[in-house]
Amino acid sequence: MSDQLVRCEEARRKPARPKLGVFKFASCDGCQLSILNLEEDLLLLGQVLDIAYFPEASSRMVAGPYDLALVEGSVTTAEDAQRIQSVREQAKVLMTIGACATAGGIQALRNWTDVELLKRTVYPSPQYIQSLYTSTPISGHVKVDMELWGCPIDKGQLLRVITDLLAGVQVRLSSDSLCLDCKRRGNVCVMVAKALPCMGPVTRTGCGAICPSMGRDCYGCFGPTDGALKGSGYPPNTASLANHFHGECGLIPVDVVRKFRGISGNAESFKREGDKWDMKK
Amino acid sequence: MKGQEGNNPDQEKNTRTIAVNTIARVEGEGALRVTVKDGAIQDVELRIFEPPRFFEAFLEGRRYDEVPDIVARICGICPVAYQMSAVHALEQIFGLRVEGPLRDLRRLLYCGEWIESHALHVYLLQAPDFLGYESGLAMAKDHASLVERGLRIKKAGNAIMTLLGGRSVHPVSAKIGGFSRLPRRQELDELKDELAWARDAAIETIRWVAKFDFPEFAPNYTFVALHHPDEYPLNEGRIVVSGDMDIPVDEFEQYFTEHQVPYSNALHCTVQGASYLVGPLARVNVNADRLPPAVRHVFDETGLSLPLTNPFHGIVARSVEILYALEESLRLIDRYELPSVPSPPVTVKAGVGMACTEAPRGILYHRYQVDSEGVIRKAKIVPPTSQNQGRIEEDLRLFIPRILDRSNEEASLACERVIRCYDPCISCATHFLKLEIQRDL
Repeated sequence: MSDQLVRCEEARRKPARPKLGVFKFASCDGCQLSILNLEEDLLLLGQVLDIAYFPEASSRMVAGPYDLALVEGSVTTAEDAQRIQSVREQAKVLMTIGACATAGGIQALRNWTDVELLKRTVYPSPQYIQSLYTSTPISGHVKVDMELWGCPIDKGQLLRVITDLLAGVQVRLSSDSLCLDCKRRGNVCVMVAKALPCMGPVTRTGCGAICPSMGRDCYGCFGPTDGALKGSGYPPNTASLANHFHGECGLIPVDVVRKFRGISGNAESFKREGDKWDMKK
Repeated sequence: MKGQEGNNPDQEKNTRTIAVNTIARVEGEGALRVTVKDGAIQDVELRIFEPPRFFEAFLEGRRYDEVPDIVARICGICPVAYQMSAVHALEQIFGLRVEGPLRDLRRLLYCGEWIESHALHVYLLQAPDFLGYESGLAMAKDHASLVERGLRIKKAGNAIMTLLGGRSVHPVSAKIGGFSRLPRRQELDELKDELAWARDAAIETIRWVAKFDFPEFAPNYTFVALHHPDEYPLNEGRIVVSGDMDIPVDEFEQYFTEHQVPYSNALHCTVQGASYLVGPLARVNVNADRLPPAVRHVFDETGLSLPLTNPFHGIVARSVEILYALEESLRLIDRYELPSVPSPPVTVKAGVGMACTEAPRGILYHRYQVDSEGVIRKAKIVPPTSQNQGRIEEDLRLFIPRILDRSNEEASLACERVIRCYDPCISCATHFLKLEIQRDL
């Protein structure tokens, strides 16, 4: 963290506005849209930062280096595996935005299948399709300075991180479980009251506990928490939750696998739990 | 945007390549390659190299109730469209018909997405072309109030989606049979002031864009859109091919075929062998009789007339639809009555179901085959941009001869502007467009 702060500090002292680059890999563009959804703050952001490279929003494309590079999407082609190296070389601070860049995304479901078969399912002439066998997070290829989870990211969280970076303040995002936020909002627990298989207990907070607030179970799009011991680096207790899904919510093993193998299915602790229940099918 | 010139060792002597590495202000990654020989266009290839993500394949083996959350991720700009086509197709299998206030709420959610997606394209992506700016943000330096107006309209659309769906990108409440939560009357009422403001702003938008300087260009289009007996189409209708046919959604695959081209990760789509146009321009033309008088009046006042046949008028059609979606949202909110349940119980059964809804960029077709356990056995999704892809290529073929005398950089810019007319969403089809023109010196 400290060398990253030093780099921000260097960026802050420079007379010019810090240069922002936004890069896309395999994704749905929803996280980039979350930047455009900042609405009036977007115009302010354009004054505070030099938005030097953001092709989805602007034809002006200024070459690097960039003080901050935001990376959306996962690596799924050999070409993209090369391109992320060049993004890293040009970026002082590289931050992933969203579940795809941070954990491989929904398209990482291919990691459990035969890609040749997938190609044949979707395309009549699969030989034209260039694709790697896996979808991998950015951190699988280059050093990542910061990660923003979410599918999509929460725009408030993005704005906070950027303002913290600009102010030279240490960035702190909560890695509590969604349950804490859900309780603060006074929601009735959907797992207790409706026996819905809610991923909240093992999912990172940040979205605003949207799913339980909308009367349904969380499906884990902010990825796994750091665990019960805050900041300890211990994985969340997925085993206990999976047992609860099976024993109390009535999920058969294949449904337990589906719960963990979703939007953040390639994140380490979710992957492990899903694979474990896959053996029980 | 940078024009690049260089000699490609594989090329014949006396040819040169013009390459623009990135076409901006579109959603996704792709490229355009144009080959010109002896002053005549040889090939126009819109290459979509957005990496394939294989959604149709990994939907197989998932449970029916997971589908709305999964297909939303095909596109961050139009997740509701994917959710709606999916829930309608699956409801057809389960023999469920969603009527009354729940149907209205789906329509309202869809209006929210049209407003958000269209306002983004009109103000931030395409208007800068007509006003001579590199982006909406750059345009804001000279035209702050205009850009603020656009962003505020967009925000009104996002507010609808956030209320009904929990968030505007990948909303979470749509499910087979209805919603996971219903809004309270008061919550909807709280949206009304801002929607009424946005409606007035949308009228100003139509007047503003209708005065842009449009290049004269009128390809001979086949328009394809849904048409409904009572309303401007969003969630349902029959598929109408302009001047030719009118079919139920179930027959889509009998007339529309997808085929693959070697240079693109998106499948091309044709109707009885010919390319066609979907999206706002096609919709207003096919549904001229379904535009409410108040909306029609604002359009007629601009001096333009239907059908609109110039792709550059797409921005006008899109603005007309922003106004329509706002009028419709206000109407739906006014007549809202809290349904008895957010969603009726679902009885799972095996079968095949298909549905087509109007995504912001055009018709979006889904077909699912489900087994008796409710597990997806087969999925087919035909997004709007892959349907427009062939038509974009043909339009470029028609357009390029008039710009061949221009410098490489200017010609490339002009092609980019043509492509942006269709608001291509390459994440859906698959986003950057790289433009390459190869031609004799």
